[in-house]
Amino acid sequence: MSNVPADLRYTREHEWARQEGGRVRVGITAYAQEQLGDVVFVELPKVGAKVTAHQAFGVVESVKAVSDLFAPVSGEVVEVNAELGQKPETVNADPYGKGWMLVVAPSDANQWNALLTAAQYEEFVAQGGH
Amino acid sequence: MRYLPNTAQNQRAMLETIGVRGIEDLLVKIPAKARLSRPLALPPALAESELVRHLRGLAAKNADAESTVCFLGGGAYDHYTPSPINHLILRGEFFTAYTPYQPEASQGTLRTIYEYQTMIAELTGMDVANASIYDGASSLAEAALMAHAVTSRPEIVLAGGVNSLYRRVVETYVDGAGLRLREAPTPEGVLDLDAARRVVGGKTAALVVQSPNFYGCLEDVAAAAEIAHAAGALLVVVSDPVNLGVLEAPGRQGADIVVGEGQGLGVPLSFGGPYLGVFAAKQEFVRRMPGRLVGATVDLDGARGFALTLQTREQHIRRAKATSNICTNVALCALMATIYLATLGKQGLVRVGELSAAKAHYAAARLGAVPGVSLRFAQPFFKEFTLKLPKSPERVVARLAKQGILAGLPLKSLDRKHGDCLLVAVTEKRTKDEIDAFADALAKAVA
Repeated sequence: MSNVPADLRYTREHEWARQEGGRVRVGITAYAQEQLGDVVFVELPKVGAKVTAHQAFGVVESVKAVSDLFAPVSGEVVEVNAELGQKPETVNADPYGKGWMLVVAPSDANQWNALLTAAQYEEFVAQGGH
Repeated sequence: MRYLPNTAQNQRAMLETIGVRGIEDLLVKIPAKARLSRPLALPPALAESELVRHLRGLAAKNADAESTVCFLGGGAYDHYTPSPINHLILRGEFFTAYTPYQPEASQGTLRTIYEYQTMIAELTGMDVANASIYDGASSLAEAALMAHAVTSRPEIVLAGGVNSLYRRVVETYVDGAGLRLREAPTPEGVLDLDAARRVVGGKTAALVVQSPNFYGCLEDVAAAAEIAHAAGALLVVVSDPVNLGVLEAPGRQGADIVVGEGQGLGVPLSFGGPYLGVFAAKQEFVRRMPGRLVGATVDLDGARGFALTLQTREQHIRRAKATSNICTNVALCALMATIYLATLGKQGLVRVGELSAAKAHYAAARLGAVPGVSLRFAQPFFKEFTLKLPKSPERVVARLAKQGILAGLPLKSLDRKHGDCLLVAVTEKRTKDEIDAFADALAKAVA
């Protein structure tokens, strides 16, 4: 079983979300990057863009596949990990740390509670993950 | 694929193998009324020598740039095609319009595309050029879509000096994408910069200027770049690469995307096509660039090789998310341009530009001195200029055509405001005698 930190929340599309003083940092899970294989390109929105929960905000491309990235919560993008432009492989090396993708200022605090807990996400992955 | 002839004996053997008596038996599923019940009404077959004579006779009815003196322009130009081009493109390894479906198996083809991309990038002053697309107009349309994809903004502002045929193609392309086109006024032959500043704004994805523009006039590309960039928009420049031996590269004047018609680079006029769509961009936009990109790499042994490095993934997967559907390039025309540039070299391309410009300025002086005729715009121009005529340009053109002179392009059908104008282009091929004869014939035609 992949690493699933207990202090994060998760989506069924394999993104993680971390509360940081009212803001939400977003990336993809260790399981997701394992399934994708070597990540070669990450396409992210610009700072100031609006994202909507459960809708695509970007694209991750690996040697095996191209997948949409889904927003865990709605809100405005306040930070983007520009380093992924030069070093997309960071997503594989450190998915919960330097491989983060966005920081969102959420527009609806209640959406956080609808996200999966670590235990729920582990169970979801154990059942096949989709 | 080869044409495989078969004899009556071959046919019998094949029919026997599949167990039918005759070819008729293969056609029984087609309703009788949909079938031709008599032999095709074809004339008797000609011997090869007769057929060649017949076809030559038909071809001779055309007026082409070889049998006339051509001052036509407006996007396609009668530049000289050096003889190595035809010699080389007819080689079996090259003589196909297609990039091979297993591209890496055709290292020679990829190499020529790589060289083409490199030359175009250097000429335009951009970081990357793609393997080419259909023609100048479709290149511009793709640039409009790309600017929209990069900026997420809904408007494209076209300077009034952009070829109006290109404008129509852009209109068709951007309709489905929900983009709006606006025009930045070009009252006196060049973009009105103050007016452009008012039209270009927060909704503008790109400002498009053509230089030299459709009227032949040189635009202030650097000023246009400032206007576009101040509004957060991209600058798209339409440029004829054959001029860039002399004119400053658009990339060094602030262009974000450079497109253009590459026909002048040794591709014959061919009555309108196939031509060569040039497309180059800054490195930061490479992932949004339409078409395909050949890159250099090394194989397992460390030897240099070439690969299709990038092609929009949406061509193969995720088609619903595609921002461009261009899946091919005009490899043979791109090859012609590559051979052209390699044959002429740095000095040769400069000479082509210098000769074209010098002869165009001589022609403008001669033609502009014809009583009643004047240069329509008091602007710097390169190899093409707009004349105002005292008589219908269509009639003048028809009259001169009878004397073997293709006098130029009457603007009426393309640009109503300039219905009394004739667009005249002069390449390095025109001689002083030809230009003098044109001026004399024009003087008689408008007298």
